[in-house]
Amino acid sequence: MIAEAGLAALWLAAALAALQFAIGALGLTRGREAMLLSVRPVAMVQAVLAALAFLCLIVVFVRVDLSVALVAANDHSAKPLMYRFAGAWGNHEGSMLMWVTILAAAGGAVALFERRLDERTLVATLAAQAFIGLGFYAFLLFASNPFSRLFPVPAEGQGLNPLLQDPGLAFHPPTLYIGYVGLSVAFSFAVGALVTRDVGAAFARAMRPWVLGAWIFLTLGITAGSYWAYYELGWGGWWFWDPVENASLMPWLAATALLHSVTVLATRDGLRAWTVMLAVVAFSMSMVGTFLVRSGILTSVHAFAVDPRRGSFILALLVLYIGGALALFALRVGTVREGSRFDPVSREGALVVNNLLLSAILGVVLIGTLYPLGAEAVTGEKLSVGPPYFNAAAGPLALILVAVMAAGPLMRWRRDELRNLVGRLALPVLLVALALLGLVLLAPPIGIFPLLGLILAAGVAAASVAPLWKRNLRRTPLFTYGMVISHLGIAVALAGMASETAFIKETLVAARVGETQTVGPWTLRFNGVKPVAGPNWTAIEATLTATRGGGRPYLLTTQARSFWTPPTETNEAAIQTVWDGQLYVVLGKGSDDGRWQLRLWWKPFVTLIWAGGGLVAFGGFLTLVGRVRRERRAARAEAWA
Amino acid sequence: MRRTFLTLLLLSAAPAQADSLMPSAALADTQLPDARQEEQATALMETLRCLVCQGQSIADSNAEMAGDMRALVRRRIAAGEKPDDIRTWLIARYGNWVSYDPPLDAVTWPLWAMPVLLIAAGLYLARGRFRRRGR
Repeated sequence: MIAEAGLAALWLAAALAALQFAIGALGLTRGREAMLLSVRPVAMVQAVLAALAFLCLIVVFVRVDLSVALVAANDHSAKPLMYRFAGAWGNHEGSMLMWVTILAAAGGAVALFERRLDERTLVATLAAQAFIGLGFYAFLLFASNPFSRLFPVPAEGQGLNPLLQDPGLAFHPPTLYIGYVGLSVAFSFAVGALVTRDVGAAFARAMRPWVLGAWIFLTLGITAGSYWAYYELGWGGWWFWDPVENASLMPWLAATALLHSVTVLATRDGLRAWTVMLAVVAFSMSMVGTFLVRSGILTSVHAFAVDPRRGSFILALLVLYIGGALALFALRVGTVREGSRFDPVSREGALVVNNLLLSAILGVVLIGTLYPLGAEAVTGEKLSVGPPYFNAAAGPLALILVAVMAAGPLMRWRRDELRNLVGRLALPVLLVALALLGLVLLAPPIGIFPLLGLILAAGVAAASVAPLWKRNLRRTPLFTYGMVISHLGIAVALAGMASETAFIKETLVAARVGETQTVGPWTLRFNGVKPVAGPNWTAIEATLTATRGGGRPYLLTTQARSFWTPPTETNEAAIQTVWDGQLYVVLGKGSDDGRWQLRLWWKPFVTLIWAGGGLVAFGGFLTLVGRVRRERRAARAEAWA
Repeated sequence: MRRTFLTLLLLSAAPAQADSLMPSAALADTQLPDARQEEQATALMETLRCLVCQGQSIADSNAEMAGDMRALVRRRIAAGEKPDDIRTWLIARYGNWVSYDPPLDAVTWPLWAMPVLLIAAGLYLARGRFRRRGR
């Protein structure tokens, strides 16, 4: 019953999306006032219906209703409640339903909250949002129905991939998806403004909070995903340039560029066409990412849907939406006036460089991810593009970008003098020199990239707080604090990445119980192994005692788990966080002579990577609050005038 | 199908390599005594694809074949071979698929030229944005 209710809600939501598009388009072309007014409520109801469908799916998963095919394939009654709940989106159909629900919810939120945008542009925006929705509703209903029934009903479900049975799963995909799909609002805004020829500063101010909101979730999602891969896969890597990781990074790069160019448009009314283009590109990257992950076209740990029919369906949607938006852009770009120009040495100039570098990195990641597909299609030869390429091609660009990030916020809008800028940058530059000296003198020899990363991090950390220098801190707007904290977060994350790369210590041993091992400054005693059992797994659990110098001992437990639904082996790493890094221990196989494989890592300051990511997102949050408050105040002031 | 074939190929190749001082299973998860050699081996392993996995390097895969390849890399490094020669040898066996570091050749030069091309294109597009100085 609940499954049918969910399916009905989904059909109704799709019908409302069609209605929303139709009355929006008719209202705009025929100029019917009543039609224009009814678009907002329709968008809200559509969001409620889509949410209802998603709720129904969660209910059938939590109840383990095995007569639903999707539940039978991915659920199991022995699974803990949290994973029955999160399992609803740990599969192809469920995650697509979540995608569509967020798309509808984003449209509903725009309908509910957006008051600053010109009413006709808003209607065009909501019509565009509904038009995107239609394609993905069709995909769900015709090619990926999550509610289809199964007969005969199996006695037990097949369970969820044990790698996905982790608290991280309950949190990471929804966060990432809100970010991915939230960018649809920027896309629809751009399309709406192109349709009504309304690209300008007011449009940029209206769009900015939505982009910022999506970007915050995207940042959090990528950070969480990186940490999830780090602790769950048991090999201690935090970024592998895996196609699926790239799929999440590409929208983030585009959204970050958009966030900066929209500021130029809102403040100085420059970069009009470019900002609109970026808004289209950002969500296009989300759709490309969805296609890459959902079609299973790239072999990767995340590709759990290998079905060519679905792949072609999403590909068709991709061509329709991206092609359509680009065609509209080409038709209308002539009517978008260029906007004001500016001096090369200015805040705008620095933001253009930011956009240039972010776009180049985006291009490198996109082309590097797709290149093996193209090469195989053309030459028939399979080749791999991985970390060595991305580090070499995108790494230097990223380091230059970070350096520009240090200088940009210290520059004045419109026009600045290089001489004055040098004065403002003196302190950070001094710090860079000191850090360089300290590293060369004190630290063991390290690679050129980590070295550059560390000294840049020191300089950028200093430069990022410099905009607060000599300012009345209580009068400084919240969004300035937000920028400072986000930029500081980048420096912190960079320091973590460079430190982990440069100073990591690794020990791989086959150890007997009672033996001690060392890794970096740590001494670890292998206390013993014992069998343990969980709700749907059994495991061998090893305990170790770690000490450093004469400090307090830490007890570490690590497990090699065997799940039986479906049968899979996983490693649960023991991770001990201390102030200056993490100790990472994994239990491997046992051998006949009573030895156990142990992998021990000491990763100095690795935690800074995710702390930095968190800071970046937190800065974004402060900026969002600051911007929305200022907009509110401006709206009130206008109402009084 | 191709993957199965590759696996078979590797399995059939393994006995030919088994004539070393240490048993291969031990070298899969045991470091070389020489720290510099181990560093070379690790750096190489991080850029080799585990052929039976989905998007993992042999340095961080639990698959048996990844272990065999780690042992092979360590044994050859210990025997004094250069990492690049080992990569070339593996590419000759398994094709470019095995190396995450795409070679520079007729197929891949656009890939390597990309960063420069993108920056150049960006500069060309951005040139109109700026006002001449000294106005």
